[in-house]
Amino acid sequence: MLTVTELIGGYTKNMPVLKNLSFEVARGELFGILGPNGSGKTTLLQMMSGILTYHSGEILLKGKRLQDYRTKELARVSAVLPQHSTQAFSYTVKETVSLGRYAHQKGLLQSWSMEDEEVVQRVMKQTGTTPFQHLPFDQLSGGERQRVLLAQSLAQEPEILFLDEPTNHLDLSYQKELLDLMKSWTKERDLTVVSIFHDLNLASLYCDRLLLLDKGRIQINDKPNEVLKRERVQAVYQTDIENYPHPNVPKSQLFIVPAHLAKEQETLVINEQYIEKKDDWLALKSPIPLKTISLGMTEIGNGWYQTFVNCHNKRTFDCSDPQKEMIEYLSAHGFNRSETIGMITNVDLKTAAVRFYQEDNISIFIVVTAGKRNFHDPHHVVQSEKVIGSNIHTWVFVNGCLTEEAFIQCLVTATEAKVKALYGYGEETMTEDSILIAASQRGTDIRHGESMESLRKLVSSGVYECILLAIQNE
Amino acid sequence: MRNSLKQKNLQNGKQLAYILAFAFLALSMIVGISVGSVSVPVSELFQIIGKEVFQLPLSTEANVMFTNIVMKIRLPRVVLAGLVGASLAISGAAFQGLLRNPLADPYTLGVSSGASVGAVVTIFFGLSLPVIGLFTLPLLSVLFSFLTIFSVLLFAQKMDRSIKVETIILTGIIFSSFLGAFISLMIALTGEELRQIIGWLLGSVSMRGWSYVGIILPFFIVGTVILMLNARELNALSFGEERAQHLGVNVKQRKLMILIAGSLLTGAAVAVSGTIGFVGLVIPHFTRRLVSPDHKHLLPLSMIIGAGFLILADLVSRVIISPAELPIGVITALIGAPVFAIILLKRRRIEERR
Repeated sequence: MLTVTELIGGYTKNMPVLKNLSFEVARGELFGILGPNGSGKTTLLQMMSGILTYHSGEILLKGKRLQDYRTKELARVSAVLPQHSTQAFSYTVKETVSLGRYAHQKGLLQSWSMEDEEVVQRVMKQTGTTPFQHLPFDQLSGGERQRVLLAQSLAQEPEILFLDEPTNHLDLSYQKELLDLMKSWTKERDLTVVSIFHDLNLASLYCDRLLLLDKGRIQINDKPNEVLKRERVQAVYQTDIENYPHPNVPKSQLFIVPAHLAKEQETLVINEQYIEKKDDWLALKSPIPLKTISLGMTEIGNGWYQTFVNCHNKRTFDCSDPQKEMIEYLSAHGFNRSETIGMITNVDLKTAAVRFYQEDNISIFIVVTAGKRNFHDPHHVVQSEKVIGSNIHTWVFVNGCLTEEAFIQCLVTATEAKVKALYGYGEETMTEDSILIAASQRGTDIRHGESMESLRKLVSSGVYECILLAIQNE
Repeated sequence: MRNSLKQKNLQNGKQLAYILAFAFLALSMIVGISVGSVSVPVSELFQIIGKEVFQLPLSTEANVMFTNIVMKIRLPRVVLAGLVGASLAISGAAFQGLLRNPLADPYTLGVSSGASVGAVVTIFFGLSLPVIGLFTLPLLSVLFSFLTIFSVLLFAQKMDRSIKVETIILTGIIFSSFLGAFISLMIALTGEELRQIIGWLLGSVSMRGWSYVGIILPFFIVGTVILMLNARELNALSFGEERAQHLGVNVKQRKLMILIAGSLLTGAAVAVSGTIGFVGLVIPHFTRRLVSPDHKHLLPLSMIIGAGFLILADLVSRVIISPAELPIGVITALIGAPVFAIILLKRRRIEERR
């Protein structure tokens, strides 16, 4: 559909903005252009849409050189959705959209045909602008204006649509709506969309392919997950980035790291001093939120939590809805719901094993409560007096900075250690046991080989020891 | 269903606007011809027009004095005023659209200053070219206005090759000031002709006769036809030049066409009547606010209303301190400004109530 070959252009011949770009966009593709400010995105878009001329190279649209198109002819093939538009006079929405038909009207009188009217009605419907078609354009909100301009561009019935940061001025739901619409048009109508994005994550979610520009050159032109690698983005944008997979779709997402948070790096060591014991609960209150992966009761999965509570079941729980009761219990005792992970045990909290382990510059802090007799299991919804098994809650706090991989490694290691500890007792472990791994994400970076290995050993021996200790205490 | 009803209302609204505008023009023409130091009864007026203009075989003999007054003095004056008003209003509308600036008027590009220099030079040096004699002034004036326009465009193109509207406005202002200095210089140096120069600068359509109508008419026809053919392009251009190009408008070519057509109209109007202010600025504004910013309707309606307005202004200028006459430029501003202010205020109140 669009072929760019050895394109050089912009400003002066000696200092071109774009330095030898070549790429192709296929029909029906949603193609994203990324790059830091000043990398030449807008210049490239203006050249492809015929506004700017270039020094050398070639741009072919449907196999025909861009210069060989007459202005009107070009407008029937390609349309542009501008970043913003100023309007000197207040045309109504319909008048504005109707202008999109300019290139299709023929003859000196340029009469308005039935087809023109149909197209205008259709695109207004598709963009949801029909309800305010008689309102003046300048009375609309930013998002509505953007949709009217989109309708205007679509009224041109283009085969290729250029977008310059289409989601500017749009709130979250309209961003999604607009891009969903673009995506479905590429699929159903074979529309080709070439769009500049500032938001790398949106680009990753919607584009078939991404072109990353850096100082006027192509850094990479590939699938989104390949383009948005942490190291690459960090190098091109020269800033701290973390990436992480999207929770529901197989796309990579990037997160910036705010400087004020990244720099608060006084080391913090979680140990006994943060433990608070009361009659019926035991809590660890961290001064900062800890990155946590857990199978607890109130919060399960990933998150950042500051307080960890284990409360003793004194039969105040009737166990019909443990989740809800836990929440009520936490708020009754003055814990902040959104920052707290809570769990319930049948074991007397005095028997809890609390230990601190250190090796070299890695330290961990472990808290375990364990019971191994018949007990009334609060986690078990079906009441049964004869459940035999354990009720073990394991907390592992790591004073260091863990990768995703390290978290999983810790989880697996701790579970293995537990199984090993219980093996001697001939007990089955129960799924109602809970476990959490929390890390301060400060201090020692535990990413690779050696440090990872020593952490694994610490966790393995620590958890094993603590579980045995807790069972003996009982 | 409701939409189509509303559409019909809008259509009717536009038709109504045209009917009212034509009625206004017709009325002001009739009043303009019949009222004066000697008033011509309306019935006589119709007879004379029917007989002399349309060559109808009317049996009744018309009063010779009335016929002379109407055909030799009043009618050409009214027609000239109408043509000047129409030219200024339509080119004002076009310039405002093209330059995307509601403060633009036909004089923004310095056309009027150029024309004025031509006229003032003629008066100052007492020039009278052979053959054309009395028409030296309008012809030199038209000539100078074209020279100005082309210099402005050339200069603007030198400054930036795509001739952005900002560049055009800036260049126009530079040329206006420069030429304005020449005019002031000649005014300062003149003795005898001061009154004549000032009188011309303030504008007048009196005692010009049919020959001046003949001077402006060809420019008027060419200019308005070109502008009307560019109505849709003007709509697109008011979204910005880049946007217009994306919509398929050949921006550079259309811009030149509009600039030249607008300048033709303005140059010719200034040459026959002097610099009459206000019409080109306010009439398009008024029309845009009351009817539509769509140039397809804005251009013709501005033209009709502008013509009627200038005919009325001319009428007031010659009857208000009769038998003396006031410069028409004074009248346009004296009547136009307050009327426009009232419209703006009323409009604002209506919008607030919504």
